[in-house]
Amino acid sequence: MALLQINDLHKAFGGVKALQGVEFHIDEGEIVSVIGPNGAGKTSFFNVISGMFAPDSGEIIFDGVDISGWESHDITRGGIARTFQNVRLFPNMTVLENVMVAQHCRTNQGMMPAIFRTKAFKQEEAEITARAKDILGFFGSRLVGYRFDQPAFALSYANRRRLEVARAMATQPRLLLLDEPVAGMNPRETAELTGLISRLPSERGFTVVVIEHDMKVVRDVSDRVVVLDHGVKIAEGSYQEVSSNEDVIEAYLGRPAESGA
Amino acid sequence: MTRGVFDLRKVIRAGLIVAVVLSFTAAIGMVEEFDERMIIDRLLSLGFLALFWYVPVAGYKVGDEPVLEGMEATEKTPSHVLAGLIVGLIGGAGLFVLVLITNTLDLRDVFTRLSPKLVQLLTFSDSITDPQLALGAVALIGISGALGAAGGALHLVSAKLRRRIIAAPVAVIVFALLEDVIGQILRSFGLTSLVRQLYRDGAVRIIPALVVGAIAFYLAGRERGERSRLRELVQAADPKVRTRNSLIAGAVIGAMVIASPWVLGSLLSEILATTGIFLLMALGLNIVVGFAGLLDLGYVAFFAVGAYASAVLTSPLSPFFKPEWPWWYTLPVVVVVGVFAGIMVGTPVIRLRGDYLAIVTLGFGEIVRITFLSDAAAPWFGGAGGIRQIPGIPLGFDTVSGSDPQYIFYFALALVLLSAWVSHALLNSRVGRAWTAMREDESVAEVMGIDTVKSKLSAFVVGAVLAALGGALFSAKLGSIFPTSFELLISIVILVIVIVGGMGNIVGVAVGAFVLIGVLGGPRQPGLLQEFGEFKLLIYGVILVYMMLQRPEGLVPNVRRQHELHQDELTQDAWLDKSGEFVDEATGEA
Ligand SMILES: Nc1ncnc2c1ncn2[C@@H]1O[C@H](COP(=O)(O)OP(=O)(O)OP(=O)(O)O)[C@@H](O)[C@H]1O
Ligand SMILES: [Mg+2]
Repeated sequence: MALLQINDLHKAFGGVKALQGVEFHIDEGEIVSVIGPNGAGKTSFFNVISGMFAPDSGEIIFDGVDISGWESHDITRGGIARTFQNVRLFPNMTVLENVMVAQHCRTNQGMMPAIFRTKAFKQEEAEITARAKDILGFFGSRLVGYRFDQPAFALSYANRRRLEVARAMATQPRLLLLDEPVAGMNPRETAELTGLISRLPSERGFTVVVIEHDMKVVRDVSDRVVVLDHGVKIAEGSYQEVSSNEDVIEAYLGRPAESGA
Repeated sequence: MTRGVFDLRKVIRAGLIVAVVLSFTAAIGMVEEFDERMIIDRLLSLGFLALFWYVPVAGYKVGDEPVLEGMEATEKTPSHVLAGLIVGLIGGAGLFVLVLITNTLDLRDVFTRLSPKLVQLLTFSDSITDPQLALGAVALIGISGALGAAGGALHLVSAKLRRRIIAAPVAVIVFALLEDVIGQILRSFGLTSLVRQLYRDGAVRIIPALVVGAIAFYLAGRERGERSRLRELVQAADPKVRTRNSLIAGAVIGAMVIASPWVLGSLLSEILATTGIFLLMALGLNIVVGFAGLLDLGYVAFFAVGAYASAVLTSPLSPFFKPEWPWWYTLPVVVVVGVFAGIMVGTPVIRLRGDYLAIVTLGFGEIVRITFLSDAAAPWFGGAGGIRQIPGIPLGFDTVSGSDPQYIFYFALALVLLSAWVSHALLNSRVGRAWTAMREDESVAEVMGIDTVKSKLSAFVVGAVLAALGGALFSAKLGSIFPTSFELLISIVILVIVIVGGMGNIVGVAVGAFVLIGVLGGPRQPGLLQEFGEFKLLIYGVILVYMMLQRPEGLVPNVRRQHELHQDELTQDAWLDKSGEFVDEATGEA
């Protein structure tokens, strides 16, 4: 059974039909790329899955349960995490705090234990910190050491993107939705993050959906590619299949889909 | 580039502003009201201080120029003195126009304070016959001009000397205003004769004033490093020494705090106790507004609920509850009632954002007060008559009530320490981090797995409980409570404490409470400067406006908040720094 199975998903914003009957599935441990021209509905797709907007109709079955219409925090607790295309960190919290706060739904010490500083509270705090440091360590030396205590706004653009991924990882999801994780990075940084993303399923046990414009990244990380255009899925298959698909080439205004490579 | 050494339009504008400020201060009656209270014996009354303090400030400010990088600072020339002089002269002339108007027209229907006495005071004449008036005019305008020029002249001296020159009069004024405190402390140590040598009728005598001024002049000139020898002791490098010194410092401060009500006497203890109750509530509101970012304007409701809960349970006159519990027993009930009230008020409003939340909570605050006032609820809460004969806090050997402010002080202190700890502990916990995240970006916090409704409600409830505890102490202290004790103004004053002190910062809130409640006084409670009585709210307003314009992060800012408020500048900085960042990126990793 697929980890996430989406059937006939519709979402419109006024007259704009952002998603029109999208079918989608992803199996445990897969990395699937979602591509498509600007305004194709890719981010809307993520917004609906992560509960920021309720779908107009359709089913979103995650691990056998229909989660459409759930509140975001319940969906996150259920095991789906995401990043944002327009980086949305908590800018005035430190790097470490950004990753610590994302563990909220996996921890449970409330106000009373905090006030009395119980043993259980201290232990949980130590675990939260250790886990946060471990996740940040996944990005090599980029976000560790003195960076732990830097406010997020002080980070470079590439580091903010990395921190977004780290924060999503910290919610301990089964499914990770990455919205253009390498946008704005230089080629070296892109290659580095692409490598890390490929390692996510095997090392961290995540299943990954990634929205990406950079065709080289798409080719390198994806087990499968899904193409959206005007809210409709126009193609699906391996990178090779999709990149030679007539409809896809047309959707990209006649440009060969490999232009990024 | 020859930028005008002084810009005449700017100077005239500043002068007119001074004229308006002076006339306003005079017209609202501050000069007359404060004339009795001398600051420096036979020399300066609080009235004239309140009137003229702004003139040298404006005289200095008019010559102030923003320091722009890459631009040469304009040279400091005597023209600064001239600018200050003109500002002062225009201001003084404006004030004199007011005097003339008052003298010829009777405007007292509108401005009740424009009396012949004011004219006398301002023109230094006993009668208002014409020749003397002219002389008075010269004196009035002359003084104002001289003060303005003095302010302008501060530009001509070095920064260090300027600091010294400013410190001296400020120290003397503070020394005089604190006459109550200093005198009381000295008297407690049996130094009554010293008090008599220092002060006369609340004013500092001339010789001590000179001494205090000279000391301040000397101290203000020392460099930063020299000033912090005490701090060095506490932050000694050797951890063992440091622990020992910190312990000693803690013990000394603790002993001073414990002893303070007895050293300070009952009047000052009363002020401290009041400050403590307001601080307790401000800390609670700080959790709601400062930590969780929820603007609650009806906070007094929880204060009222706590006070009424405690009053009903303890007073023999409470309409429906006869048993007369001791105060202590009511505390758990007060906490439960606080939680309940927090949930009741919070649940329906919590989904609203920003301004909407503020308006709705404002409404709820009033609903609670009106409910206590209503005839319908009178069988329970006594309606407008309130609840009287609240017995106070039984201690076994004695009962502490409002007539023993020294004991009330300890209760206020204990509750303040409790709420400071609660604030601190919660902020540095899973719950506190969720609040911060929610304040920064609510929808992202939600996507990161934080149940924002639950999170907001928890902040609301903690705030409500602290306010309710404050209410319980308040009712025991006053002995009787009425719906009018819980007016909207209290919510506002507490919010002002939080804003002025520094939202989100525990120390800041404490500073705010001491400055506003301790020094100026609460809405109906006297502060250290009792003279300010009826002008208190005006001064609150002025402080609030000034802070909003000049220092929105408060007196002692929370670092995060400061960043939030100055985000634009920071993003610019970050952008400028970016090239450096890239270099670091490239070489950061092999
Ligand atoms: N909150 C919203 N309100 C109104 N319209 C929206 C909203 N979100 C998305 N849309 C519209 O839905 C369509 C799809 O937008 P979406 O952001 O999903 O595209 P995208 O595929 O992510 O594009 P890009 O590659 O530029 O990120 C666009 O026409 C967009 O204007
Ligand atoms: Mg998008």
